[in-house]
Formats: sequence, structure tokens, C-alpha cells
Amino acid sequence: MANAPKRKRTEIFALGNEAVVEGALFAGCSFYAGYPITPSSEVMEIMAARLPRTENGVFIQMEDEIASMGAVIGGSLAGRKAMTATSGPGFSLMQENLGYACMAEVPLVIVNVMRGGPSTGLPTSPAQGDVQQARWGTHGDHPIIVLSAADVPECLEMTITAFNFAEKYRTPVILLLDEITAHTREKITLPHEKDYEIFNRLVPSMPPEWYKPFEETVRGVPPMPPIGSGYRFHVTGLTHDDMGFPTQRPDEVKAIIERLHRKIDQFFYDIQLTQEYDTDDAEIVVIAYGSVARSAQLAVSQARAAGVKAGLLKLKTLFPFPKAPVVTLARKARAIIVPEMNMGQISREVKRVNNGLTRVRTLNRIDGQIITPSQILKAIQQV
Amino acid sequence: MSDVTQLIHDYLRHNKKFPHVFCAGCGHGIVLGSLIRSVHALGLSKDDVALVAGIGCSGRIAAYVDFNTVHTTHGRALTFATGIKMANPQLKVITVMGDGDAFSIGGNHLIHAARKNIGVTVLVLNNFIYGMTGGQCSSTTPLGAVSQTSPYGQLEKSFDIVKLTSAAGANGVSRGTVFHVNTLDRLIREAIMRPGFNLVEILTPCHTQYGRKNKFKSAVDMYKWLRSNAIPVEKYEKLKPEEREERIPIGTFVQNDAPGLEELYAQVRTAQCAKERKQ
Ligand SMILES: Cc1ncc(C[n+]2csc(CCOP(=O)(O)OP(=O)(O)O)c2C)c(N)n1
Ligand code: SF4
Repeated sequence: MANAPKRKRTEIFALGNEAVVEGALFAGCSFYAGYPITPSSEVMEIMAARLPRTENGVFIQMEDEIASMGAVIGGSLAGRKAMTATSGPGFSLMQENLGYACMAEVPLVIVNVMRGGPSTGLPTSPAQGDVQQARWGTHGDHPIIVLSAADVPECLEMTITAFNFAEKYRTPVILLLDEITAHTREKITLPHEKDYEIFNRLVPSMPPEWYKPFEETVRGVPPMPPIGSGYRFHVTGLTHDDMGFPTQRPDEVKAIIERLHRKIDQFFYDIQLTQEYDTDDAEIVVIAYGSVARSAQLAVSQARAAGVKAGLLKLKTLFPFPKAPVVTLARKARAIIVPEMNMGQISREVKRVNNGLTRVRTLNRIDGQIITPSQILKAIQQV
Repeated sequence: MSDVTQLIHDYLRHNKKFPHVFCAGCGHGIVLGSLIRSVHALGLSKDDVALVAGIGCSGRIAAYVDFNTVHTTHGRALTFATGIKMANPQLKVITVMGDGDAFSIGGNHLIHAARKNIGVTVLVLNNFIYGMTGGQCSSTTPLGAVSQTSPYGQLEKSFDIVKLTSAAGANGVSRGTVFHVNTLDRLIREAIMRPGFNLVEILTPCHTQYGRKNKFKSAVDMYKWLRSNAIPVEKYEKLKPEEREERIPIGTFVQNDAPGLEELYAQVRTAQCAKERKQ
């Protein structure tokens, strides 16, 4: 056994945070900058070991999360697939530069392994308190893509998806995990080349003098060359025209903000990922995400065994909010139950799109404990 | 065509909407000129240079010049620059920041970038004040000076940029002024060519927000003040302590040639990749 080939095996027993690294490297991530914080630190530690063993890999520990986000933006502008990982307090520090990345259309991935809050809160306990921060944490009107994962294999899958969306739509993407998922050890299968399609950002092919870095295109996503490749252009967080120069002309201001929204809105069908279990004839639908979705899945099957027609809608994409599947289920169901480890951050969205279609019940837990299957089962039986 | 006109045509952006934002008499344009001459004299191509700027009047320099330019968030230029340099060590990464940008909001990044010795050239345009936001005091405003937020005179001591950066571990530290342009050109050239972290503090007048409130009747007075007070550091060191008052030493204070962080990192990576291949 001692000499068993370590690198050949494709199945490993991994932490959620480890699966994130595997997913990122598979997706082509070659740049990591960060600052350690529980419960995300393993992502950084493993990156510190792995990246210098890859051909172009760059790892750097910065002095704080503000700096980490700045470095990740710089790395991405220089042509790398770049990421950072953090937890609530660090995520707060990243918000100004996150807005910059939205405005300057810089692809990158931020993993936020949520801890209990507010403030330093509960560093080692599970919570889902940063859902609305992920959506609205930075200032101004901007679209954003926020994903989540329910188990360790999904940590790998959703990290790859996060990089793909970032590159495809030239935008920052946030992956929200909770402490349970990040610190659970499960078997994962390392992906082979053909398992996932990998997207790389579109680079310009026109002569440099014709290139407009923030031009309107059919998809709304302009091509983006790496700094130093002969396409010289200006990048700024100020509202800018299609050449990247600051502008205050109302028509130009409107055009860019609308394009930022449109490039995401147009592709709702591609971005809004959900999974349904037993929903075909469901009278009671549980809507959950993260580790809570696992509890919910068990609760739903227990309910079915007890003769209750229950189903589960698992959200893998949190924003843009997957309105279509929620509305479809709300039309048919007698009630919706939204369990989450916060005071009701996704149930707000559910209620918003439900808009009176059916009854929405919330189930919240904010004491640093997980939501158990039996809690959800009880709620199903009560409605 | 005169040399100056030629340089303007070569380096300024033709498609940028001029006129520029700087006030008459502002020193920021002189720094821009000096930077362009230095890059030109070193024979670098425009694609070789990434110019990363902070937020403030000084930060606006980036929009006018035809390099790869990034106008970042206030105080964070060095963090972006670090990312760019680590991702592509071939680039000459130059940052332009105001004193507020570099040493107030961005002070932590500055000392860490210097400590890390990341291969970035830093130009700090020290006008002793926040220009862009209307003249509030900065961490370099002299004791007693009047500003929008020190209307009765500044009570806080100011940073000595050169000493602070030297203590933090930078490879190169120097100080110049926009009056002593030939010296400034040389200091910038040397800073770009030296490995590791190099900082040039550049004294540049802001008559609009600082000068007129602090005993300088006109912008010209501020240039005269630079002319009569700045002296080469070699001469400064020979002065007796009482002769040093009001005098500002300019020139090079630190020059080392330790490899930059990006080089050390690449060495580790090469070694690790070689091990990996053997396995
Ligand atoms: C986070 C943040 N805080 C405050 C500001 C407002 N602000 C813009 S420029 C500036 C100070 C500029 O002074 P300095 O860096 O010295 O540059 P100068 O304009 O004098 O060249 C401030 C406070 C900002 N843009 N962002
Ligand atoms: S306010 Fe001061 S620093 Fe800004 S452009 Fe005018 S003179 Fe220059």
C-alpha cells in the first residue's frame, strides 16, 4: 500500500474547501490572492501548495481582503483566471473592489464560506447570512451572479461553473458556501477533460486601433485582451464610454449601465441553475440551498414515505434569482417552505416572485446550529 | 516637428477628450511629462508599460497616456499593480498616486508592498493636500498648515515618506521635485530600471487647494519655494542641523538590487515544477 501511486487515482476523499480548489484548477485558475479567515482558510492553504507546482500558477498572500480583491482584479486584467476565498468579515472588505470589478467587467471568482454574523460573529458555526450582502453589498445598481453548493461534489462542480460564468459574461461571480459544506469530507471524482466544457474569455481579433474595450455587442459582452498584448486601453471604475474613458453624458451613462444588466438578463436561462426532486405532483414544495438542501432532501423523502406529497427545489444559483421554476411550482403547490440559516434572506426573494400565488412559510435558524431533516419534516407536516 | 511635439504625438492618447482636468500651475502635468521622457529614454515600448493609478487629481494622469492604463479605487493602486506584476512579470508596472492615496487610505498597502519588495515603480505626487476633493488635510500636510479640515492649523505630524518607505524595506527610495525636472527624469528612470520595489516621492504644487491658503500668493511662488529649499541630499548631509531647517533633501536615499518578489516566486515555482515532472 505504501507505494500506491498517489496521483493516478481519480477518486479522492475531500473537504468542500478542497473540492473548490480542484474545481478551480480544473477550470484553469492560475491566480490566487487572499487573506486567511475561518472557515475558508483551507482553500488558501491548498492553493499555496498547489499553484507553485503548476506551470504559470501564481499565489500571493496579501495584507488584507481589500488588497486581495485588488490583486485578483490585477491578475485577471493581466489575463489570468483569478480567484480569492474569504468569509463574512473579509467579504465586507472586498465590497468596494467588487463593485469596481462589476463596473470594469473584470472576470473573477470570490468564494465566501459564510460564518455566523453580524461582525466576527460565530467563526466556526454554519450560517447563511451573507446572501443579500452578496447581492447588494457593493454600491450602485449592478447585476451579479451568485451561486451556491449543497455538498462536496457540488463544491467542485459549482466552482467550475463560477469560472465559466465569469469568463463567459466578463463579470465577477460569487460562490456562497456554508461551513458545513466547506468542512464536510466526502468522496469526489476528479473530473476528466471531457466532463465539463471550459469557457475562456473572448479575446479581440481585430487590429488594436479598431478595438473598443466596452463596446456594445450582440451578446453584450465585449472581448477582453490581457494587458500587455498590444491592445492598450483604459480601465476605470468611473462610469465610462465604450473606449473606457470617464463620461457623464446621460446617454453614455445610461448605455453602459443598461448593457451591464442586459448581458446577464439576456442569459437567465443559462445562468439560473436549479434541481428538482419529487416536484411533479408536489403539494408542498421546500425551497432550499447549501447544506440545508441536503436536510430538505431527506425530509422530503421521509414525508413522501409518510404519504405527504412533498417536493424539493434546490437552488444552485441564488442570483439572478431563479424566478421561473419558483413561479411554476408556486402555481401548483398548496404551500412553499423556505428553510434557511438566517432570518429570511432567500424567502424574501421567494415571496417577491410568489406574489400571492401560494402560501410561503419560512423556517429560520440563527443559533449556529444546522437545520435538521426532522425540523423540516415537522414543518411539512404542519402546513 | 520639435522633439516635445513628437513625444506628445507618440505617447498621448489621440482619442481622449482633451482638455485635461488639471488646474493652471498644477505640477501633475510636469510629472506626466517626466514619466513619458523617462520611458522613452529607456527605449521601452508602450506595450511594456502598465500604468496603474489611484484616485485623486494625480490618478487622472492615467487616462491621457497611451500605455495599458488602470485607474483603480482610492488607495488601492498598489494592490492592483501587485496582481498585474505577479501575473505578468515582463511588464514594467508603474503606479501613480497622490499623497493621500498612497499614505493615508493606502498606507497599509504601501508599507507591505515595500516590505514584499514587489517589482513595481511608485510615483507619489506629494502636494501636501487632497486636491481632488477640495483641499482637506492629508497625512503629509505640514504642522500648522491651513486646510479645509484643519482650518486652525494642522495639529498632526506629517509622514516623512522617504524615511517610512526606507524603513519598510523598499529596494529604492528617492525624492525629487517638479522644479528640478532633469533630476526628476533621472530618478524616475533609475526607479524603473532597478529591480524590486522603488518609490519616488515627487514634490508638486497644488496652488488651488494648498498654496493660496498657505502663504503662497501664486503658483509661481510655490515653484520658487521648491527651487530655493530643495537641495541635493549629498549637500544636505554636510549642513549643520540649524542650517537644515526648511531645507528638503532631494536625490536617492536607498538603492539595493535585491530581486523582486515576482522573481523569487518564479524561482520557487521552477524548482517545484521540476520536482513535479520527476515524480
Ligand atoms: C474610498 C474612498 N474614500 C474617499 C474618496 C474621495 N476622494 C477622492 S480623491 C481623494 C483624495 C485625493 O488626494 P490625493 O490622494 O492626495 O491626490 P490629489 O488629488 O491631491 O492628487 C479622496 C478623499 C474616494 N474616492 N474613495
Ligand atoms: S486641485 Fe491641485 S492637484 Fe488638483 S489639478 Fe488643481 S492644482 Fe492640481
